[in-house]
Amino acid sequence: MTSAREQILGAVKTSLKRNGPTESTPEMLAERLSDPKPGLIPERAQLPHPAQVDLMESMLIELSATVQRVTNVDQVPDAVVDYLKARNLPQEIRLAPSRELLELPWEGQSLLKTSSGPAREPDQVSVTGAFAGVAETGTLMLHSGADSPTTLNFLPENHVVVLRSSQVVGAYEEGWARLRRAFGNGTMPRTLNMISGPSRTGDIEQKIELGAHGPRRLHVIIVEDGDASA
Amino acid sequence: MQSRSHRFKENAREAIADPHIQAAMAKMKVGFTGKRLAAAARLPEFEALRDAARDIKNHSLANLDFYLERYEEKVTECGGQVHWAPTAEDARKAILDICQRVGAKTVTKGKSMISEEIALNEHLENAGIAAVETDLGEYIIQLRKEPPSHIIAPAVHVSKEQVEADFRAQHQHLPADRSLSEPTDLVNEARQILRQRYLDADVGITGANFLIAETGTSIIVTNEGNGDLTQSLPKVHIVIASIEKVVPNLEDASTILRVLARSATGQEFSAYTTLSTGPRRAEDPDGPEEYHVILLDNGRSSMLGSEFQEMLRCIRCGACMNHCPVYHAVGGHSYGWVYPGPMGAVLTPNLIGVEEAGHLPNASTFCGRCESVCPVRIPLPKMMRHWREREFEKHLTPTSFRSGLGIWAFLARRPALYRRLTGLGIRALGALGRRRGRFRSLPLAGGWTKYRDLPAPQGKTFQQLWAEKQKNGGSSK
Repeated sequence: MTSAREQILGAVKTSLKRNGPTESTPEMLAERLSDPKPGLIPERAQLPHPAQVDLMESMLIELSATVQRVTNVDQVPDAVVDYLKARNLPQEIRLAPSRELLELPWEGQSLLKTSSGPAREPDQVSVTGAFAGVAETGTLMLHSGADSPTTLNFLPENHVVVLRSSQVVGAYEEGWARLRRAFGNGTMPRTLNMISGPSRTGDIEQKIELGAHGPRRLHVIIVEDGDASA
Repeated sequence: MQSRSHRFKENAREAIADPHIQAAMAKMKVGFTGKRLAAAARLPEFEALRDAARDIKNHSLANLDFYLERYEEKVTECGGQVHWAPTAEDARKAILDICQRVGAKTVTKGKSMISEEIALNEHLENAGIAAVETDLGEYIIQLRKEPPSHIIAPAVHVSKEQVEADFRAQHQHLPADRSLSEPTDLVNEARQILRQRYLDADVGITGANFLIAETGTSIIVTNEGNGDLTQSLPKVHIVIASIEKVVPNLEDASTILRVLARSATGQEFSAYTTLSTGPRRAEDPDGPEEYHVILLDNGRSSMLGSEFQEMLRCIRCGACMNHCPVYHAVGGHSYGWVYPGPMGAVLTPNLIGVEEAGHLPNASTFCGRCESVCPVRIPLPKMMRHWREREFEKHLTPTSFRSGLGIWAFLARRPALYRRLTGLGIRALGALGRRRGRFRSLPLAGGWTKYRDLPAPQGKTFQQLWAEKQKNGGSSK
């Protein structure tokens, strides 16, 4: 008895009349998987780095996200508290359990309650890092891992992302290159989220409403640490 | 889902008389088209990216067996499991088996057209498992017990007043005097109701826009974030995808993603593009413990190598229906099955047979707008013509149509006779219609004059005008 797998692959091969050489040799196909090459990259994604960071910011704003720039990572707690105050949010945040975030000077914020770990249903504000920011469409890349639970990106109503300017790249393809350097070729984390603005829907009479299921607000704190593109 | 495609003509007649559908279509036909145009204009490389996207899909399809095998290898390597499903029934069974093995009571679902294709919800409900749609549009039509009327905007035919009435009827535990008049109120209420469902669910089922052979990754593209809550909170994540979704690598997916949202909603990029690879890793603090991919064929492998192979390039953006004058007139439900509009007119006969769905490829004016906006340049009108030919070959076209075509063919092969007869006919019609300038009714043309007048011809045939033009020097002046 042929298995379902053989049945489908057999049908595909028969339909493709695969019995002679094809345009692509097995070596070419294998190389496309082991050594992927970027295709056409829009000019917009090929700006000098400072202009990329500016584009990242303007694209985020266009997507109904809000942006604050700080020059030093130690200013992040102040920026977070300012954000909470400006929107009348409770002084309580759920932090991604990464050393980079946990080691920030939160103790200076006497009224702020912090905890860390994956999101729980009543959490209203999460603060996470990011893996990269893709300037061409203002897209944040975040991946799952021990210090970056995915639920923080979706359950709370407010998502605050700390993005270092050195993490900003022009095109998605540069993000993949960095990902391969971090995880190895052909290897991915369980989840990679590409986030472009807060959650939205146009399902009722095509009127865009923010906060359908994911965060209603996305706030990005850009820490200017130069261009460490390595 | 049970097909109603064979009664397309009746469906269309009813839709044209339905004021709700007509109001909704009037709104959608300006919304989507304007946004796509603006997004395309903003990216100078858009046309070149369409070519590149077409080429990537062509390459993937030409080597589909290779990429499917490599994709499965990678999924397995990452701790996931691939289930091959030659038919809809196989897919339903594989999913139910997983749900029953883990003792699932509630299943949340991200939007998936394949799930509609295999009628999954019904199957799960019959086995006592609650299947909850979480995309707002899908949730609305699930409450209304309707199929989707559009592949990316399933409730595009429903007005906000209708949604309000549905929510009041279904959410009776909420205060009766609450305000639900604005879309914001409705979105908030759905958010609140569905939030609990995500937390209760034992299994989350999503579709896939792409499968990546390089990494064993499945990709979903959404705006609401419902797919993400669906796949990250329950213990089990099931992806349901058809075999033609596989592309070689992340770079290839990026190129296609650059044309997908722009063609669909006119967004530069959708709010959430999510790549999932295997179950949660040992060190991950959240995410599903099991990851399954159901790979569905259901007739697609036999489209390969046929004149319909190019249809398998489709990335389900909905641009063809957004720009289709027939879709605008009759709405998505008239098409009678899962896939409406021009892409449905080509795909549906492939999947459920031309005997059942033969009306669909005939429901086209051949204006060509669908092909002109298709991000992967599928020659939709050409393929609708192929279906008309097959219909004719199979003797599925009505006798009156066949004999009419026979007469025309007889004349067309005798040009002199053709010219004489058409010249005569045009003069006679011109003389008869001279007084009014138009006909209210004409023998043999009742199908036309029932709804509109036929303008009276002005005396000469096209061939006569053409010949005169040629004689008067120059073809273009």
